[in-house]
Amino acid sequence: MKQATTSDVIPLTDDRPPYLYPPYRSTVLRAPTRPLIALPHRFSELTGPVFGDGQIGPLDHDLTRQHAGAPLGERIIVTGRVLDSDGRPVRNTLVEVWQTNAAGRYAHRMDQHPAPLDPNFTGAGRCLTDDNGRYRFVTIKPGAYPWKNHPNAWRPAHIHFSVFGSAFLHRLVTQMYFPGDPLFAHDPIYQSIPTAAGRERLVAAFDLTVTEPEWALGYRWDIVLRGPSATPMED
Amino acid sequence: MSLPATPPQTIGPFFHMGLDVPGTERLVPVEHSAAIRIEGRVLDGAGDPVSDALIEVWDAQGGRFGRCATDTDGRYHFLTVKPSGRSTRATPTEAPHLNVSVFARGLLDRLVTRIYFPDEEAANAADPVLSMIADPLARATLVARSEAGRLHFDIHLQGDHETVFFSL
Repeated sequence: MKQATTSDVIPLTDDRPPYLYPPYRSTVLRAPTRPLIALPHRFSELTGPVFGDGQIGPLDHDLTRQHAGAPLGERIIVTGRVLDSDGRPVRNTLVEVWQTNAAGRYAHRMDQHPAPLDPNFTGAGRCLTDDNGRYRFVTIKPGAYPWKNHPNAWRPAHIHFSVFGSAFLHRLVTQMYFPGDPLFAHDPIYQSIPTAAGRERLVAAFDLTVTEPEWALGYRWDIVLRGPSATPMED
Repeated sequence: MSLPATPPQTIGPFFHMGLDVPGTERLVPVEHSAAIRIEGRVLDGAGDPVSDALIEVWDAQGGRFGRCATDTDGRYHFLTVKPSGRSTRATPTEAPHLNVSVFARGLLDRLVTRIYFPDEEAANAADPVLSMIADPLARATLVARSEAGRLHFDIHLQGDHETVFFSL
């Protein structure tokens, strides 16, 4: 059995995390140990799956209205644009999110954190971006929670995001964080991003113009996908 | 203008609540006459099953997409048809293949690989992507095995049989 070592870290050219980052323990037996092969961008990489509107329910973007009652916690609005590397909006693309409730508990059978579940909060949502590439979710602020990576390990509050874009190359799964979280310095998943600029791009900005009076605090977070949008290819 | 991309983060162990939509492992209806089942396991460097991985496949030629979460034994499966090969002026002929993304707890970024088909020996030998892989044993990790009318494709994240992964 070959185990990964720190010398096996695969250097990447941008602000992406390495696959092997031993402070995040689960990477040690899961990071590939051989160099990746650079794949030229051909038809397969420049096209991508498209989801239809039919799969999106009218309340799928509002995580506070999926049950009979209102969930506990701090109601928030999270919105922003999905852009390609040229700054062009990525329209009509599926954005999926999942998160803990206000107490830091996932409504997932494998989550053993002894914090209360909220019968009025599932914590999953999705929407399509509009013509300006904009998405918008109404939810409650997720809580921090402990995990067993190292003694006294806690994840900063975050919302998981999954974005398709218009090409296989664009596909992104990441996490959005909240500004000023004191747990950033102690979180190996956040710290796996090698540059401060890269880490900051995962932190939403509080935005008073998104905030709705007497209702919900607003956060703005733009997502930039890798590479330009696909241009139609000739057969 | 080139904007810096938003960095990826791990999908974590709880993605099922947001992404595991039942039925998405079927790229074609069950009754499709040419339907084939592709199945396999995701294994870590200790040979243990990865029970919290999400596999996505993209058949660019057919415009078909599928998604399957691994079970407690690390198993996934898809129902699809073999994509057609494709030749354009812009790209030389590629053998039929599925593009694969692997997400999991412990993977800070997705892994990208390809599934090729065992009954396409001539096309595989001429495939420009397979041809970039010098080691025949490594190249073989990208070709599914035919087993009792099904195709088998294991994804080894590490080890002697480590799957070839691509950077995009």
